[in-house]
Amino acid sequence: MRTFVFLCALLVALTFLSFSNGAVSISVTECMYILLSTIGFDVSYPINNIHQGVLLEIRIPRTILAIMVGAGLSISGALMQGLFRNPLADPGLVGISSGAALGAALVIVLGWSIPFLEYWTLPIAAFIGAVISTICVMRLSQMGGKTVVTNMLLAGIAINAIAGAGTGLMVYLAEEDQLRDLTFWTLGSFGGAKWIEVQLAFLVIVIPSFIGLFLSRSLNIMLLGEAQAHMLGVSLEKIKKTIVVLVCIIVGSSVSMTGMIGFVGLVVPHLCRMLVGADNRKVIPASILLGGSLLLASDLLSRTLIMPAEFPIGIVTSIVGGPFFLMLLSMNQKNQVW
Amino acid sequence: MLTTFLLLFSFISCSDSSTDATAQQAQETSSSEEAKTKPAEPQQRIVSLGGSVTETIFALGEGDRVVAVDASSLYPEDVLKLPKVGYYRQISTEGILSAKPSIVIASDASGPKESIEQIAKIGVPITQVSSEKTLAGTEKRIQQIASLLNKKKEGEKIIAQIREDLKLVQKPEKSPKVLFIYARGIGTLSVGGKNTASSEMITLAGGTNAVQEYEGYKPLNAESIIIAAPDYILLTTRGLDSLGTIDDLLKLKGISETPAAKNKRIISMDDLMLLGFGPRTGKAAAELSKLLQK
Repeated sequence: MRTFVFLCALLVALTFLSFSNGAVSISVTECMYILLSTIGFDVSYPINNIHQGVLLEIRIPRTILAIMVGAGLSISGALMQGLFRNPLADPGLVGISSGAALGAALVIVLGWSIPFLEYWTLPIAAFIGAVISTICVMRLSQMGGKTVVTNMLLAGIAINAIAGAGTGLMVYLAEEDQLRDLTFWTLGSFGGAKWIEVQLAFLVIVIPSFIGLFLSRSLNIMLLGEAQAHMLGVSLEKIKKTIVVLVCIIVGSSVSMTGMIGFVGLVVPHLCRMLVGADNRKVIPASILLGGSLLLASDLLSRTLIMPAEFPIGIVTSIVGGPFFLMLLSMNQKNQVW
Repeated sequence: MLTTFLLLFSFISCSDSSTDATAQQAQETSSSEEAKTKPAEPQQRIVSLGGSVTETIFALGEGDRVVAVDASSLYPEDVLKLPKVGYYRQISTEGILSAKPSIVIASDASGPKESIEQIAKIGVPITQVSSEKTLAGTEKRIQQIASLLNKKKEGEKIIAQIREDLKLVQKPEKSPKVLFIYARGIGTLSVGGKNTASSEMITLAGGTNAVQEYEGYKPLNAESIIIAAPDYILLTTRGLDSLGTIDDLLKLKGISETPAAKNKRIISMDDLMLLGFGPRTGKAAAELSKLLQK
């Protein structure tokens, strides 16, 4: 319980840090006044219009989106690790990210655009790419009407390779500027977060994540092995398909809105297991809280490290998270307090 | 378990509190600055995105109003002292706003579009100017920027100067074939095809682009270079630096077989001057044409 209180406090503290830090400096006091005046209070504080714009149009949406995406990627990682009963599984295994990358590459390099939805062409294409590759993997992993997890893994590897080849072809065809765009996309960014994306993310990230919470008990039972889980009355087919569909929606939409952000989905569930033990009923909610915090902290670093320019967040998550994770692992080996 | 919490927390909080402190410091100094300058006159502060855009603003004599630039702005030298807000294709909205611009002048190739929108939405006027890498594009860009800054006369002067410089281009009897190599170190060599800035500049200087088979830049292929048989090989200065010396270049497969390599006709010119299509376009063409006489 104390762990959860702590994780919540961490998230709240980071949220306020995120509101008040960045290239444009806005004091915490001014933040509070801007927030108060936005919800209708009459404040006598001289609010700077630019500061108000920065807070309301840039920082708050990007903070909320970072929390949602971090939580979504982490719960997806936890669900995949439960499904594969392997702590090394991550959402990339079933081809979601590589499919999305191919979709994005096609749009960036070939200059496609969807009529009436020009603005959303890139995220839509990335999401479609994610869905198509996931469907392929799902189909290929069917055997006698059942989903075989090992087949899913192998099909995932194959689909990843094929999508990777497609992306490689696009890289070959790309011009200098397109190549830059593509590279930046693969490193992820919350720089363009808007309110409409926050609203969309609520639908496609928060709701599926909430559903994911209810799968934790079944995942615990699946840890015993598929046969045992079946005996204990877990509807395996339904659980497997639900997980893949949820993960595809969450990760596919996260990637399409913010680009590829590696590492979070793999590591956060691990950190959570170190904190709360292996019980999925605790790991999954803890992943949501810690994942949100971790990505929010990374975003904060990404936009403050080299002010006034911005660092791609994918680099930050890996460069900060990687060594930190290694440190935890080595501590874990030295004393078995965990 | 508790130690992890503490570690995790102290790790995150200490990195943040340090940025917090510097941010607060920055705020204090900037607010006192504001108090001094702001009420007197609505001083124009320009953020410029794109190398040739920045160069044009400086050529118009408005360089001292530029407060921040993107990473591709490298000329004139004064630019190098200004804060950088990222590469112009990947700008940071807050970074630009932190320079407190009264106007943002951006190449229309700047992005991402979300950031451009955000800046406009927050109320900072952002104007996009042509990014076309042709002579016509250069003139259009200069006119656009000049009229934005109320410097139309100066703009016309620059354009007239470019035309004057272009008269110095010496057209040879037989137009030499020039191969442009875009290099970022050995192994990342690309060759400029049709409809590229390099091809446009080669034509302006009286040469012929050696590659007519494709558009844009494509990875170098040793055999096709031999077939193209260029009389000259053209690189940017930074491109040549990334390969080492001219001798290193001459040893490369494919290149060593060309007439250009046999006669050691390798030309390198400043990146932004050669490919930027800014106010130095005329000078660049004249200089290149001179080098093509040798």
